[in-house]
Amino acid sequence: MRLAKLVEEGARQLAICNACRYCEGYCAVFPAMERRLEFAAGDLNYLANLCHNCGECYYACQYAPPHEFAVNIPRVMAQIRVETYAHYAWPAPLGRVFRDNGLVSALLLCAVLIASLLLATLLLGGERLFSAVPGGNFYALIPHNVMAASFGVVSLFVLLALLMGFLNFWRDVGESPGELLKPVALWQGLADALSMKNLHGAGEDCTFKGEEQRSPWRRWFHHLTFYGFMLCFAATSIGTIYHYVFGWVAPYALTSLPVLLGTLGGVGLVIGPAGLYWLGRRRDEATADPAQRGMNTAFIVLLLLTSVTGLALLAWRETAALGLLLVVHLGVVMALFVTLPYGKFVHGIYRAAALVKFALESRRPGHQVGGDG
Amino acid sequence: MAETENPDVLVVGGGNAALCAALAAREQGASVLLIESAPRELRSGNSRHTRNLRCMHDAPTEVLSDAYREDEYYNDLLRVTGGQTDERLARLTIRSSAECTHWMKRYGVRFQPSLGGTLHLGRTNAFFLGGGKGLMNTYYAAAERLGVGVLYGAEADEVEIDGDLLRSVTFSAGGRRITVRPGAMVAACGGFESNLEWLREAWGPSADNFLIRGTPYNTGRMLKALFARGADQIGDPTQGHCVAIDARAPKFDGGLVTRLDSVSLGIVVNRDGQRFYDEGEDFWPKRYAIWGRLVALQPDQIAYSIIDAKATGRFMPSVFPAIRADSIAELAQKLGLDAARLEATVAGYNAAVQPGTFDHSIQDDCKTQGLTPEKTHWAQRIDKPPFSGYPLRPGITFTYLGLKVDDKACIRMEDGRMAKNIFAAGEIMSGNILGKGYLAGIGMTIGTVFGRIAGKEAAVAARALSGELAHAAR
Repeated sequence: MRLAKLVEEGARQLAICNACRYCEGYCAVFPAMERRLEFAAGDLNYLANLCHNCGECYYACQYAPPHEFAVNIPRVMAQIRVETYAHYAWPAPLGRVFRDNGLVSALLLCAVLIASLLLATLLLGGERLFSAVPGGNFYALIPHNVMAASFGVVSLFVLLALLMGFLNFWRDVGESPGELLKPVALWQGLADALSMKNLHGAGEDCTFKGEEQRSPWRRWFHHLTFYGFMLCFAATSIGTIYHYVFGWVAPYALTSLPVLLGTLGGVGLVIGPAGLYWLGRRRDEATADPAQRGMNTAFIVLLLLTSVTGLALLAWRETAALGLLLVVHLGVVMALFVTLPYGKFVHGIYRAAALVKFALESRRPGHQVGGDG
Repeated sequence: MAETENPDVLVVGGGNAALCAALAAREQGASVLLIESAPRELRSGNSRHTRNLRCMHDAPTEVLSDAYREDEYYNDLLRVTGGQTDERLARLTIRSSAECTHWMKRYGVRFQPSLGGTLHLGRTNAFFLGGGKGLMNTYYAAAERLGVGVLYGAEADEVEIDGDLLRSVTFSAGGRRITVRPGAMVAACGGFESNLEWLREAWGPSADNFLIRGTPYNTGRMLKALFARGADQIGDPTQGHCVAIDARAPKFDGGLVTRLDSVSLGIVVNRDGQRFYDEGEDFWPKRYAIWGRLVALQPDQIAYSIIDAKATGRFMPSVFPAIRADSIAELAQKLGLDAARLEATVAGYNAAVQPGTFDHSIQDDCKTQGLTPEKTHWAQRIDKPPFSGYPLRPGITFTYLGLKVDDKACIRMEDGRMAKNIFAAGEIMSGNILGKGYLAGIGMTIGTVFGRIAGKEAAVAARALSGELAHAAR
């Protein structure tokens, strides 16, 4: 089994790290490692998801290849990490999707969803699809209830899948759900995730491109992506509240809260993923797992398509292009949603969970095994 | 600068002392070529395996706690060397160490608070973030930025010296022989610890059982070439930084992770199952560096650290698993020792252990009485299974035989004259300060202090000699 082999290799390397400990100033992975003398699968799965894959420890490693000990923590952690995604996936048989998840399958899924939406709209409304609707009222094309129902069902499934994956991880790394009720640790873990503290934990930003090449851009592009995504999510949620609570029906004015937040988020969601893609092409492959490039690209492209089609929809909503743009945007968003639990998105869930576990652990006694020499 | 030009300053070596010399020479405006015998991926000599340097300071600093004053530092040095040190150079090193971290930070070097496994060192030693390789990466990046020429895979083994004046240096690189006529040279290319033949010359056949903890590239060829051309020697060829390491370590380059910190927590026996030295003489960081030599002097150059369950998890984990057994006899058999003898040694030791309160963070009152040799601290009975054993071999970090220098890092010739344009820094001249023994972190201090002095003085000498050498070259 692939994961078991990788865990064995990870444990071999960490035994060397644990006897050295020179890297403990870089990030949370090493203090977490120092709490352990032996490394079982659960430990490796935890540490792999704690690793932010920067590369500092690789460049600083006196045992990195061509040394015979051949230590490369960023790579082995990346390899284990992607296997844990499949391992924790719910429902379990869908775990294998991670292996086939690439740009082509993402685009195919988009195409299929767009095509089905197109067909459905044509059957329902027909000719209106290609003509301008006064005020850009897209509900004239696809009724609100249809949109809300279909996305509601998908969202519920996605949430359930993500929750089950999280619980699988949490159990596997030896934590009980009750531990989540400790607010201080929970807050610290989430704050570390939201600020990406471990990418500049040593007071300076981490390497990414190569040895001694530190730059804050990976962090900034990720922030733009994540917070852009959250703003778009907030825009949709506020729109939903407007609709159901206040009875204010879309489309909303350009100066309204949903449109403002959505536009801001959309811009972040263009710059962020584009920047991450650009950086990813320039990263030092020695510290990465090249096999994951497809999964990374698929997620980045779906995010980009979502923001670009969303902004286009806003820009041309008063024109005859409305119908097509709407169908394309909804298809892309649906594809993004459906693939959330089976793509790169899950790294956020497990990274945040690992950081919460780290915060919990740091508050327990025995912070270092064998530091007494 | 290009390899074909004659540099003002040629730095031979690619470790900490060499880079400090190269940067210091650049500070003086000299053109600098640095030749490193290792390939790029394995550059930096033994500095790759280091972690900190020992610094004097009168008040707490950003990276050092409390105070560590000149006299305390010097007394620590006197104790480990048994007085075999050059007081003037030692005090120069100690005083200059006070500015080291400040100078290093100017080139982007980062420090961290001392954490795992380094108890007692946070006051005296400044720790590099990520260790010595990270430090060296920063130095190399700075050197590149400042226009120092760097050649990898270039080993110098020939010098032409005219009385007290260096004329040329010849090295091999990429299958070619290249001769350069620098204004001055800094020899910062380490000891001869990776030269197995030379080790055998010094130690006899027992050297075959030594392991080399560091780089395989410290062959001492430049040192030999300088000796052959009249450079004066200092130090005993059998002295060096020599640690007892796990006998299962690779022959070369095992570095830090092959060390064993269990010695002071148990007993150490030789091939015959006999104890031979006080395992609890002093704190382990002050004693680890004598154990290599102790093991080297035992039959077959092997020893075994024996502990019981009470000590497990109290020291830094070793990269090699402990050899475990539920009885002393079984452990002896697994280690290849005579069971009856080991049992007798352990029984004798256990009987001699006096009551006391165990505390590994102080020199506690747990000791033996009536034993030869006694164990003077941290003596607890070895009686709680499972028992663990680790085989030990001498692990050489670096040798002390080197070049005699003055306070300008200038080397002395056999005829007593000081060379005009040959300087030395780092391991290759550490024998001036370390006659024997070792003080954790002082190797990097010597390298940094003398690297800076050598680089600066080499630049000054090259400038002063530029007319004379240019004339001679014509």
